[in-house]
Amino acid sequence: MIAEAGLIALWLAAGLALLQFALGAVGVRFGREDYYAAIRPVAVAQGALVAISFLLLIVLFLRSDMSVALVVKNSASVKPLLYKFAGTWGNHEGSMLLWVTVMGMAGACIALFERSLKVKTLVTTLAAQAFISLGFYAFLLVSSNPFERMFPVPPDGQGLNPLLQDPGLAFHPPTLYFGYVGLSVAFSFAVGAMITSDVGPAFARAMRPWVLGAWIFLTLGITAGSYWAYYELGWGGWWFWDPVENASLMPWLAATALLHSVTVLATRDGLRAWTVMLAVVAFSMSMIGTFLVRSGILTSVHAFAVDPERGSFILALLAIYIGGAMALFALRVGTVKEGTRFELVSREGALVANNLLLSAILGIVFVGTLYPLVVEALTNEKLSVGPPYFNLASGPVALILVAIMAVGPLLRWRRDSAKTLLNRISIPIVITAGALFLLVLLTTSMSVLSLLGMALAAGIAVASLAPLWKRNLRRTPLHTYGMVIAHFGIAVALVGMASESSFTEERLVAAKPGDEITLNKWKLKFEAIEPVAGPNWTALEARMTVQYENGNITEIAPQNRMFASAQTQTSEAALLTRWNGQLYVVLGDGDAEGRWQIRTWWKPFVTLIWYGGILVALGGTLALVGRLRRKYLQRKQKEYAELVL
Amino acid sequence: MRYLVFFIFLTAAWSAAAQTGLPPAPYANQQLADPAKEAAASELMEELRCLKCQSQSIADSNAPMAGDMRSQVRERIAAGETPEQIRNWLIDRYGNWVTYDPPVTPMTWPLWIAPIFMLIAAAWLARGRFRRKKDKS
Repeated sequence: MIAEAGLIALWLAAGLALLQFALGAVGVRFGREDYYAAIRPVAVAQGALVAISFLLLIVLFLRSDMSVALVVKNSASVKPLLYKFAGTWGNHEGSMLLWVTVMGMAGACIALFERSLKVKTLVTTLAAQAFISLGFYAFLLVSSNPFERMFPVPPDGQGLNPLLQDPGLAFHPPTLYFGYVGLSVAFSFAVGAMITSDVGPAFARAMRPWVLGAWIFLTLGITAGSYWAYYELGWGGWWFWDPVENASLMPWLAATALLHSVTVLATRDGLRAWTVMLAVVAFSMSMIGTFLVRSGILTSVHAFAVDPERGSFILALLAIYIGGAMALFALRVGTVKEGTRFELVSREGALVANNLLLSAILGIVFVGTLYPLVVEALTNEKLSVGPPYFNLASGPVALILVAIMAVGPLLRWRRDSAKTLLNRISIPIVITAGALFLLVLLTTSMSVLSLLGMALAAGIAVASLAPLWKRNLRRTPLHTYGMVIAHFGIAVALVGMASESSFTEERLVAAKPGDEITLNKWKLKFEAIEPVAGPNWTALEARMTVQYENGNITEIAPQNRMFASAQTQTSEAALLTRWNGQLYVVLGDGDAEGRWQIRTWWKPFVTLIWYGGILVALGGTLALVGRLRRKYLQRKQKEYAELVL
Repeated sequence: MRYLVFFIFLTAAWSAAAQTGLPPAPYANQQLADPAKEAAASELMEELRCLKCQSQSIADSNAPMAGDMRSQVRERIAAGETPEQIRNWLIDRYGNWVTYDPPVTPMTWPLWIAPIFMLIAAAWLARGRFRRKKDKS
């Protein structure tokens, strides 16, 4: 019964989305303002119903209801509860339902809490939101029903992909989806504002929390995904420019650009058309990301044809949304005035540079990711585009971008002079030059890119704190702290990246129990190898003791896991974190003579990469809280003033 | 007699090796003694695709074929070949799919021209914007 109830809730939600769209479209088109009042409750009801549908799917997974096909394919009765729960969205249908659920709930939030936007723009926004949801409802109900029953009922399910059975990954997809959906809300706002010709500071202030929220989730999602790949895949890399990674990076780049341009629009009423354009691009990128990951096109262009119905459906949705958005933009951009103009040397000037460079990087990643697919589709020849291309093409642009990031916050709005600017950033410049000098002098193994990255990071770290210099720290607004922390986080991450790529040491050995391995200042002793068993896996575990210089002796135990249900092997690396880096040990296969392949790395300061990412997200969160609080206080003040008058 | 035993052992060992059907790959998981050569080899290995895996370099893969390729790379580097020679040899064997660093050919030039094009487009956009401003003031 639960499955049927879920399906009914989904159908009802889809019906309400259609109603929401119709109310908005007819209301705005024919000026029926009596329709406006109805759209808020409809949006709230739609959000509630789709949430119920998703909750029921979770219940089915938790109860291991093997009469539901989706549960059979993606779960098993002997599986930790957490992964039964996470298994709900660890598959195609479930993740699509999660997407549309988050979207419906976001619509409900707008309907409940957005008060400052013009009513007509708000109604159009909700209609646009419902229109996007409708595509996903159709997709779910027509070609990927998550509640489909299975007959005869099998005794047990097939289990979740072992690689996904990890706490980090359990929450990685929802995090990214919150980000993607946040961008879809920003897009809906842009559509609303374009249709009602209301692109201005009020629109920017209404959209900003959603962009910020989406950006925070995307930042966290990418950071978590990178750390997951690092410790779970067992080869010690944190970013491979893999198409799946790029699919999540592209929306982030667009969102970062949008976040900065929306600030110009909100504060200075400039960059109107550009901001709307970026909202369209950011949403398009999140759709393309979903398409790339979900359609199977990445395994091979030909894998796409294996399940053509689904692939074509997503492709059609993509064409309608992006094509529609671009067409709307082309039609309406004429009515959007570019807004206030400004000098080259000004805060706005730096933000424009930020936007253009981010867009350039986005373009490079986009071309690098999709070009091999295009070539394969056209000529049947396969091409690989990987780290050498992306590092070379986007690395230098990224360095210029972070240099501008250091300068931007120190510039005044509207107009500033290059001379006083140079004065203000003299200390960071000296620090950068000094760091560069020392690094060239003392190190031998650094590439030009890491050398410049590390030196620049030192300067940026100082420059990012400069906006707090000589200010009353208690009266500094929260969002300024947010910016400072986020920019500082970029410097921290940059140090981690440069250090990891320059100073990592690797040792590969075939060792017998009793052997010792030395790596940098580490002494590792391979004590024994033992079988161990978990709830749904068995493993071989290497017991090792490790010591850094003359420090404490610690035990570590890398494993080689075998999952019974999926017949797959994963290696569980052992990681030991010190303040100055991480020791990374992987157990490989054994040979006939009782020796085991052991792969070890010492990665100095590698953890800074993810700490940096967390700082960036934290900065975003502070900015979001600060902005929302200010908005709330202003509204209270206004209400109070109206009351008194 | 001793020779006979040794001979029997040898044939037994040989046939056991033949049964697995795999050529021995001594350097699949063994580093070169010379750190400079090992560094050159590992840099190249990270830029070669494991043909049996999804999005993994041969340095990161546990697949037997990746192990063979690693061994080939290390042996050839040890023998004095340059990384570029080895890469080209692999491209001849497996096509451009094997290298993550796409070679500049008529088919890949749009890929390599793209970053330059992006930067020019960005500069042009920025220039237009600021110049119009100056004309007005």
